[in-house]
Amino acid sequence: MKKGMKRARLLKSVGVNILAWLLSLLLLTPLLLILLNSFKTSAAASEMNLALPASLEWSNYSVVIEKGKLGITFLNSLCYSVSSVLLCTLLSAMASYVLSRNRKKLHRFLYMFIVLGIAMPINFVTLMTVMQTVNLMNSRIGIVLLYTATQIPFNIFLIHSFVSKIPEDIDEAAIIDGASAPGMFVRIVLPLLKPVLVTVMVLTFLNTWNEFVMPLYFLDSSDKWPMTLAVYNFFGMYFKDWNLVCADIVLTSAPVILVYLLGQKYIVSGMTAGAVKG
Amino acid sequence: MNKNRMYPTWFVFGALLLYCVLYVLPSLMGIGLSFTDWSVYSQEIRFAGLKNIQTVFSSDYNYTHALLNTLKFTIVTTLVKNVLGLALAVLMTKQVRLLNFHRAVLYLPCVLSALIVGMIFKSVLNPRDGLLNTTLRGLGLDFMALKWLTDSKIAFNSVMAVDIWKGMGYIMTILIAGIMSISPVYYEAARIDGGNAWQCFRHITLPMLVPTLTVTTVLNVLYGLKVFDTVYALTNGGPGHATEVLYTSVFKEFSLGRYAVGTALSSVMAVFMVSVGYFMIRHMVREDGDRL
Repeated sequence: MKKGMKRARLLKSVGVNILAWLLSLLLLTPLLLILLNSFKTSAAASEMNLALPASLEWSNYSVVIEKGKLGITFLNSLCYSVSSVLLCTLLSAMASYVLSRNRKKLHRFLYMFIVLGIAMPINFVTLMTVMQTVNLMNSRIGIVLLYTATQIPFNIFLIHSFVSKIPEDIDEAAIIDGASAPGMFVRIVLPLLKPVLVTVMVLTFLNTWNEFVMPLYFLDSSDKWPMTLAVYNFFGMYFKDWNLVCADIVLTSAPVILVYLLGQKYIVSGMTAGAVKG
Repeated sequence: MNKNRMYPTWFVFGALLLYCVLYVLPSLMGIGLSFTDWSVYSQEIRFAGLKNIQTVFSSDYNYTHALLNTLKFTIVTTLVKNVLGLALAVLMTKQVRLLNFHRAVLYLPCVLSALIVGMIFKSVLNPRDGLLNTTLRGLGLDFMALKWLTDSKIAFNSVMAVDIWKGMGYIMTILIAGIMSISPVYYEAARIDGGNAWQCFRHITLPMLVPTLTVTTVLNVLYGLKVFDTVYALTNGGPGHATEVLYTSVFKEFSLGRYAVGTALSSVMAVFMVSVGYFMIRHMVREDGDRL
């Protein structure tokens, strides 16, 4: 009887582990396919299979960096992501701090009004008119402001709930010591918000890096394109050379995978905030 | 202590200004311009009444098809992702070796750009040489090797499947956190009463996860209604209009310069989503433990 139970438990444990591996393979195989083919010759890559490359064609990467203009588009992506992260985090932190601490009728209304943006879709057609009016079409600053504006609602939602966990006594002590509101915010509040700010920064970086619809609508000149839009355009021109397309995909995805591996903890805590109590 | 001095309202202005000008204003303008004949060719914008709204809902055009596809996409992917996400979350809270590795892998597609995922699956689903079909042929299942993205009967299902592949790890991650927050006391009590694994799931895990599942459902619905990237990269609405969704239609109207119809389509969705979203946001805000 006891032996039978032990055996059943062992079988179940083996089954669960096999299932987990099958699922992981289901998700890893397409990614592995891209990685392997990025090292093949054009002819070998056209078969799109999982065979190991006969020789490592590192030249694919140098070809794609040159032909796909990856140098400039990488810098564009980096510029848009880093600028949006800094601007959006600062503005969201300032706003959520005051909206969480000062709960007058006006502030409660403003919080709800901004957070409602999580549900609101963007009207790209009229947004174009607005962008033209404020002279931000086809401009790098315009794209950064757009990424900031669209991510403000969710970021304010994340930071707002964190602020309420910090005791208010700290603010009062700082004010009594003669600090001004901005001074107190920079020197005392921002450091206390660090955990949630890291989450916000990681999520904003990933979202901005992966996004391509804003540039698709609002950036005409290809020298201002981010990597995502450039890789798609490259795919349109070199769709017969899967080895090059794969190399381009690998290079475009490498930064987000790196950020994911380094900041996994923060991403998960951001994703689950608001969804799970506790 | 003076709250207005300690917490000055101008701290909100920067965020509020950008949000209003670049987000709220276009949506409001969109609703207004939906009732005009605005296009890239028009010298002046004239009032056109309900013409665009009629166009959107008329059977002479493909817009109702796109709207219905968007709804189908939303319902199917939300359901399947929740069910699979729940199954994965239950599996990934069991005693699995390398648990963190598996969790990280399952979440990985969520951090990739939808555009990139679309391109990857253009290769995998290629009818002649794609990995899926060569594997199926290798297994002797030739009849199952279909034209995944070019056959108008199944293309939309393929698009939904790719989206599910990409997004189920996201739901799993949220639900894992939900399962971990359930007190183990319940499970101990159930074990003493002789409950089996299914009974524990059915009577403890599932009921305790209802609030979390509500949130994942609403997040998925909002995401599904807005879907663009995956469809654009995989089929761009084709073959024909088989996989057209709302935002691929809007983009086409925009490219053709027919702004009024594009903005009418967008506005119909905006009104719908904000009404649905209002209740969800209230729920999320309250779940957060904040009094509003």
